Amino acid sequence: MNLSIGTRASALSAVILVVFLLAWHVATQGSTAGGPPMDPEYAKLMGLTATTGKSAMPGPLDVGAKLLEHLSRPFYDNGPNDKGIGIQLGWSIARVAAGYGLAALVAIPLGFVIGMSPLLSRAFDPFIQILKPVSPLAWMPLALYTIKDSGASAIFVIFICSVWPMLVNTAFGVASVRKEWLNVARTLEVGPWRRAFTVILPAAAPTILTGMRISIGIAWLVIVAAEMLVGGTGIGYFVWNEWNNLSITNVITAILVIGMVGMLLDRMLAVAARAVTFPE
Amino acid sequence: MSEKFISFEGIARRYPAPNGGTTTIFEDLWLGVPKGEFVCVIGHSGCGKTTLLNILAGLDAPSEGVVLVDGREIAGPSLDRAVIFQGHALLPWRTVLGNVAYAVSSRHPKKSKAEVEAHAKRFIKLVGLEGSEHKRPAELSGGMKQRVGIARALSIEPKILLMDEPFSALDALTRGTLQDEVRRICRETGQTVFMITHDVDEAIYLADRVVLMTNGPGAMVAETVVNPLPVDRERTDLHKHPAYYPLRNHLIEFLVTRSRTFRDHVPADRDPRRPPLVRPEIPVPAAAPAAGGTAPQAETLRNIA
Repeated sequence: MNLSIGTRASALSAVILVVFLLAWHVATQGSTAGGPPMDPEYAKLMGLTATTGKSAMPGPLDVGAKLLEHLSRPFYDNGPNDKGIGIQLGWSIARVAAGYGLAALVAIPLGFVIGMSPLLSRAFDPFIQILKPVSPLAWMPLALYTIKDSGASAIFVIFICSVWPMLVNTAFGVASVRKEWLNVARTLEVGPWRRAFTVILPAAAPTILTGMRISIGIAWLVIVAAEMLVGGTGIGYFVWNEWNNLSITNVITAILVIGMVGMLLDRMLAVAARAVTFPE
Repeated sequence: MSEKFISFEGIARRYPAPNGGTTTIFEDLWLGVPKGEFVCVIGHSGCGKTTLLNILAGLDAPSEGVVLVDGREIAGPSLDRAVIFQGHALLPWRTVLGNVAYAVSSRHPKKSKAEVEAHAKRFIKLVGLEGSEHKRPAELSGGMKQRVGIARALSIEPKILLMDEPFSALDALTRGTLQDEVRRICRETGQTVFMITHDVDEAIYLADRVVLMTNGPGAMVAETVVNPLPVDRERTDLHKHPAYYPLRNHLIEFLVTRSRTFRDHVPADRDPRRPPLVRPEIPVPAAAPAAGGTAPQAETLRNIA
């Protein structure tokens, strides 16, 4: 066959998907006949699905139907515990945008200064090394205690987790601008501000964007956990709420939606990164 | 002294050595360059040629001594001294026009965008890159990149052009073409040029004077050789000139042996402030070997300083 590798890869992806869905479907069918009859008390405890002999785990058709249902009415609002998935995603994206935006505002200028100065670079290094590996959720109690607002605390947690990759990458990108480009600026008597914006920033931009891309990935991972803790709104809260409702169908639906939004965010930054990358 | 447009006055450059001491690249170095001359400095790698150029460019500072340009001590880099870098050093995210315009707008910050571009295009045309204005450096060949580097340096109309082995990364054909262009442009504009090279033929073709540096560390300016070849020389018939082989042999002999042995046989009357000026003697045509095989040796040199 003379199909391109792209076509063949897509075909293989489709095959894997179909096999997976079929296996899932078969595995969750359950058996209505056979099996020892259940103790009626136990059956009562386990709920309706158990008594009919069907697994509580939904099949792909159930999830597909639920997904369509959510996507057809994403923005309904029936009170605090029953909001459309679009509203919940909107809250999560808004929190990520706020925390991530603040982190970019702090990390990029600070990283610039640290990258330009070997002294500051060394002075800040121990703090960065110690704070960077801390799980952002460990900050949550401190944030709740000091900020006293759960929504703002979630934003703070996003801020603290996205700040490090951007800071470290900006500092590294700025510090590793080629000496000869800086020498060009020096021999042309280019002032410090013009040099920062016309030489250092474009030269470091690909590295900075890489840091921003790592950060958005982490922020989207962390927002789900943060919202599970904080509660109220957001896709993380939705997942936890549906777990309490024992609606595995909704949980799986949410997992799919979270994955798709995460991919979209990553793609957006990949496009931005490509726009500032220069071939050498 | 009007003779010295550029004047290195007793400069030294020392670096801390890994073992705690200091490494002296050179010290008590004196050298003058007259206005409008094309000067080549030749010497082996590690003799401090590039350090010398960087000090003149203002990118490096001497540990001792001063460098005067047009009677003024230099302090840091200046738009009066344009540098053509060994590795072209173009900004890869800018186009050809963008790279040259960057230099032009640094020289003339008050010019409008259109004026800057018109000025830049004039110099892009001068180096023969018309039509490539909107290409990025990655799309250009090595020779074309270096042409952009030359256009960028010339576009700020500097008092001195500094070149650090600008053609060493190019293939022989491209190098030849670019040498022709640089020579033409510099002759037309009467540009003062200070160029570092280790290519003897390049120095013979381009230079009015060739400065010979001994091996480092502790390098010295052994002498300055005046190029006896006619100013309107052509690359193709250089070697037919009777002074060509004496000059070439003198330079090669320096690089092969004297650059190494000079420090052991420093003339007693050597004054570091006045490195000797040497002019290879042009042999009378009748005295030259008929076949042009063996050329007269360095004995035909006469110290005219």
